[in-house]
Amino acid sequence: MDLSYSVKEQAFRAEVRGFLSDNLPPELAQAVRDGRSLGKEGHDRWHALLNAQGWLAPNWPKEFGGCEWGAVQRHIFEEECCRANAPHIVPFGLSMLAPVLQKFGSKAQQDHYLPRILSGEDWWCQGYSEPGAGSDLASLKTKAVRDGDAYVVNGQKTWTTLGQYANCIFCLVRTDASVKQQAGISFLLIDMDTPGIEVRPIILLDGSAEVNEVWFTDVRVPVENLVGEENKGWTYAKYLLTHERTNIAGVGSSQAGLAAVKRLARSQQHRGQPLIENPHFAARVAQVEIDLMAMSTTNLRIISVAAKGQAPGVESSMLKVKGTQIRQEINDLARRAAGVYAMPFSSEAVEGSNEVPIGPEGTAAVAAQYFNNRKLSIFGGSNEIQRNIIAKVKLGGGA
Amino acid sequence: MNFDLTSERQMLQDSLRRFLSDRYTTEVRNDILASDAGFSPDIWAQLGELGIIGAMFSEEQGGYGGAGFDIAVVFEELGRAGVVEPFLDSAILGGGLIASLGSQDQQDLIEQVIDGSLHLGFAHGEPRSRYDLAHVETTATLQDDEIILNGRKAVVVNAEAAGYLIVSAREAGAEADKSGISLFLMPVDMPGVSLRGYPLLAGGRAAEVQLDKVILPASARLGAAGAAYPAIAERAAAASVALAAETLGAMETATALTRDYLQVRQQFGRPIGTFQALQHRMADLLIELEQARSAVINGAGHLDAEPQLRDLHISATGNLVARTGRLVAEESIQLHGGIAMTQDYELAHIAKRIVMAEHRFGDADYHLEQFIDLSTA
Repeated sequence: MDLSYSVKEQAFRAEVRGFLSDNLPPELAQAVRDGRSLGKEGHDRWHALLNAQGWLAPNWPKEFGGCEWGAVQRHIFEEECCRANAPHIVPFGLSMLAPVLQKFGSKAQQDHYLPRILSGEDWWCQGYSEPGAGSDLASLKTKAVRDGDAYVVNGQKTWTTLGQYANCIFCLVRTDASVKQQAGISFLLIDMDTPGIEVRPIILLDGSAEVNEVWFTDVRVPVENLVGEENKGWTYAKYLLTHERTNIAGVGSSQAGLAAVKRLARSQQHRGQPLIENPHFAARVAQVEIDLMAMSTTNLRIISVAAKGQAPGVESSMLKVKGTQIRQEINDLARRAAGVYAMPFSSEAVEGSNEVPIGPEGTAAVAAQYFNNRKLSIFGGSNEIQRNIIAKVKLGGGA
Repeated sequence: MNFDLTSERQMLQDSLRRFLSDRYTTEVRNDILASDAGFSPDIWAQLGELGIIGAMFSEEQGGYGGAGFDIAVVFEELGRAGVVEPFLDSAILGGGLIASLGSQDQQDLIEQVIDGSLHLGFAHGEPRSRYDLAHVETTATLQDDEIILNGRKAVVVNAEAAGYLIVSAREAGAEADKSGISLFLMPVDMPGVSLRGYPLLAGGRAAEVQLDKVILPASARLGAAGAAYPAIAERAAAASVALAAETLGAMETATALTRDYLQVRQQFGRPIGTFQALQHRMADLLIELEQARSAVINGAGHLDAEPQLRDLHISATGNLVARTGRLVAEESIQLHGGIAMTQDYELAHIAKRIVMAEHRFGDADYHLEQFIDLSTA
């Protein structure tokens, strides 16, 4: 048992920190810190800077242009990026689709798509959920029917994050309705410019427009855009989800969020003292910090197992539940810390707004973030689904 | 012991509920939210005609109610429908303060408040006051027969629509002293008053109010110089009852929507409400809802008690309802899933009303701290 990082790992952390301090544009970091939307330009800019450094794809094998870092290195990188308020890398191409293509895609698909993901030429979004298929994803109904050299796709996807920026979408579609649900699903790559695709924004409760509905009407997709084999899509989708869950604990985000809460609570006055010194508030902050310290170690324990080549199983479900509980509690603390200045509607969530904030620094986006991050326990397999997985594995019952 | 509403309050509840369920639909309300004014003058006028504003005032003030239970009945219905119109600001706070402190001339304004033709705002909180009612840095200086106001007021709800603001300012004492605070009836268009208006996350509008050498006649003072704190505390207590009742009504809607959704939403080939894990969570919400209902009754029933006892109960109500509100809002969203995250769905607005209510006159932590102080005093 040794809780310290190796000399090599510490040197890597210093290298990452140095890179961030030299290369992360301050205006991007400030936007992240303020909870402002970055827009496509902001995301593209950071994407290009990381790509130039060769650090855009920590989890990709070197043969495809990735870093091939181990789990601990990736964890350190993630922690440092959050600490510096670097923008999150949009995961759909880099960490969700790419691993699927690398494992199941054809040589032609790998050669065509992977470099375009790195260069930022393609922006991918995810076509999984449907209005009737949320937690029960396998019941999806969007249909793809083979017609000569193309599939004809009809149906509707929803909750498509940042689909408004995307030029490509990877979709789960039903290619066989006569078999068990999971056995009739295929994985298709679709160009968003194909006739018959319509993207409609969904405005969320905080006023943000980050998710969309995507409608497909007689959309012709060339058969070479099928990944792997027809009707094997569920296998690929499950493989993708294990990658979606690699950074599921969100330790770095929580650490950055907690630091922001403390900053805000130091600047807010309560009964003539900084709020951070108020025993009731301090106790709440301490409680969540204690939880975070333990979860951070749980996360490292799981990572070190993964570093030995064993894929995490039920543990990633545990991390999803605990990690989102902690992040949501931090959002709640930030909202409380802002006091009456949590009340103004923050146009910060709306892209392109340059208004001077109403309240003191750090208060503008807290209420919007509190509401927006209710999504954390809903998406990526809701926390109820995660508990089903834990119960099924640990109790052996049907879930 | 009798927990039934009087027949008058029952009628008030019935007529308000009927009006709102007919007229204040999700679609109408979402249009109001998107409007520049942030509320509907039309709905406001109709509710005035219906006597809803009058129910917030006693008979001697020109109304026909004004007690804690009148406030609770009205605000529970407003909360149930997610109403964003400024009843709290024009009636409970602005109108209530004029009624309790005003001179005969000043009291004459109440009639216009009750018929809905005059809006008011309470310009009390400041950027550094948080929820502390005695923290007033804005100054009022008497020069000859005039008062000069200087300071900044934070998140003044309904300020832009208001004809007058009730402004608190210090005439004596240190920044957190209870004594030395006065209230002034200030026309909102006075020279030296500047408003920076903005929409609120949960609906309605507010403004940051800058007071820069605003000159008022000394006759604009409400009540005696430096002695306004007891009236401010009493109205804050009434506002806390109103907000708790509003939150209760909103929680009733949130739980009703959730119960309905659990019965219709199908996943894995059956309604999700057939899963026991979700049934238990729904049951917990209904248990907490009844706790909140009792807390509102306790608060409303003690609004007329002596200040110490009143505030003990107000803090208990404020703390419990804020805790329950967060639970109900978060769990209702979670049990729904993604649909509840969308702006146009009824629950999204209701959840925002619930959670943001605790940011006006003190959150769960503030009320807990008040309760500890008062119960150990």
